[in-house]
Amino acid sequence: MEIRTTFHKKLREMQDEVLVMGSMVEKTLMSSVKALKERDLDLAHQIISDDLKVNQKRFEIEERCVELIATQQPMASDLRIIIAILNITTEIERIGDYAVGIARITIMIGDEPPLKPLIDIPRMAEQTVDMLRRSLDSFINRDAESARKIATEDDLVDHLYDQVFRELLVFMAEDPKTITRATRLMWTAHNLERAADRVTNICERVVFIVTGKMEEIGASKY
Amino acid sequence: MNRNHALLSNKTLTAQACATKLRTEKVNLYYGSFQALRNITLDIHACAITAIIGPSGCGKSSLLRLFNRMNDLIPGARVEGNVELDGILIYSPGIDVVELRKKVGMVFQKPNPFPMSVFENVAFGPRRHGMSNRAELEEIVEKSLRHAALWDEVKDKLEQSGLALSGGQQQRLCIARVLAVEPEVILMDEPCSALDPLATLKIEDLMRNLAQEYTIIIVTHNMQQAARVSEMAAFMMMEEDRAGVLVEYGPTSELFTNPKDKRTEDYITGRFG
Repeated sequence: MEIRTTFHKKLREMQDEVLVMGSMVEKTLMSSVKALKERDLDLAHQIISDDLKVNQKRFEIEERCVELIATQQPMASDLRIIIAILNITTEIERIGDYAVGIARITIMIGDEPPLKPLIDIPRMAEQTVDMLRRSLDSFINRDAESARKIATEDDLVDHLYDQVFRELLVFMAEDPKTITRATRLMWTAHNLERAADRVTNICERVVFIVTGKMEEIGASKY
Repeated sequence: MNRNHALLSNKTLTAQACATKLRTEKVNLYYGSFQALRNITLDIHACAITAIIGPSGCGKSSLLRLFNRMNDLIPGARVEGNVELDGILIYSPGIDVVELRKKVGMVFQKPNPFPMSVFENVAFGPRRHGMSNRAELEEIVEKSLRHAALWDEVKDKLEQSGLALSGGQQQRLCIARVLAVEPEVILMDEPCSALDPLATLKIEDLMRNLAQEYTIIIVTHNMQQAARVSEMAAFMMMEEDRAGVLVEYGPTSELFTNPKDKRTEDYITGRFG
């Protein structure tokens, strides 16, 4: 027999809000790479201004968490969910910031001629967004097994990052005039690498909800 | 850095460092043909606070009353298994129950000062145990009232009736009365349920101070109170025949953040009552 129906309804609603926030950031991260690829400065500006909405959503969720802790004295898995939500929203918000970072780089690049067609950077973005989406599924499904697996996929992003780095290094070595443009692409790849690391942190929080243990999964090489 | 560890507070670690004060081993308690407790085995740590929680009727108070043989007063009560205080079986024939209850004091749900002065309330126990020297009594009354964090509030009205004090003060007076006979263990049965929130917090604070010298066991319906004050927590439930069983026992910090038993989880998160 469910006793605290109101409280548990609020808790479920809050988790839905985390999903909403997650999909906002999935969209901005993909858009940030699209804007870079297509030199769409309007879209880049849009991403920067939309980030305010993500931040706003994070504060809303945080306030709800604080209110539930203060008024409902959550215990056991309820408590762990709320604590995990506080952490997860912070991670999602930072991923949003990396999308903003990429948008700013796009604006910086402006209409400079492209250095090379972008292949691996969009792949990094796709992989990261896919990991983010599945990590939030594992959060909703309380699936520690999936969370652990998703976290190890960070290696794929690291691998692409290595590839981008090596390729850009060749450009810079062959023609120092490319250094500025190549460095900007490096920054972009770095933002994506960091974003994937944040997904790993989300996975760790899912494991915490399920097991109560704080464990570090597959530390990133970067 | 390896963060692979469960949540552990300093409170818990201190409790684990302490020795066993009380122990029950495979205890069954019957009231006539009704079995109130079934197969209870647990170690109570010395100089720590142990909380017993669980739904109404699950045997929390019965378990508490085992430790100073208060159940003996109930007709038809019968105990099987071992209950030990410092390794001594307290249900064995040679045990002096009066002496046991001096060592294992009790504070009840409703403050129950005797209808006499504050001074006489505290001096009552020592007098019963043969102390008659006024100076000695005065000393022990002051010491007990100070220990119970009540001295400053009553030092000028020691001759007033204990019943004239506020509810919270009356409960601290009852605690002072227990302390006056220099117990080793203090049993508390819902000590704050008749008190307002401020008086409750005062008693909890007092309990934390007393836990440095005394072993305290508290039965409470208030899970937040159990979480706030105790180092160790026991969760009890009723089985189908209404016998109380111990479901889970462990460090409070673990029981309230990551209980091992699904029934504990369901109870403390309000998924069943």
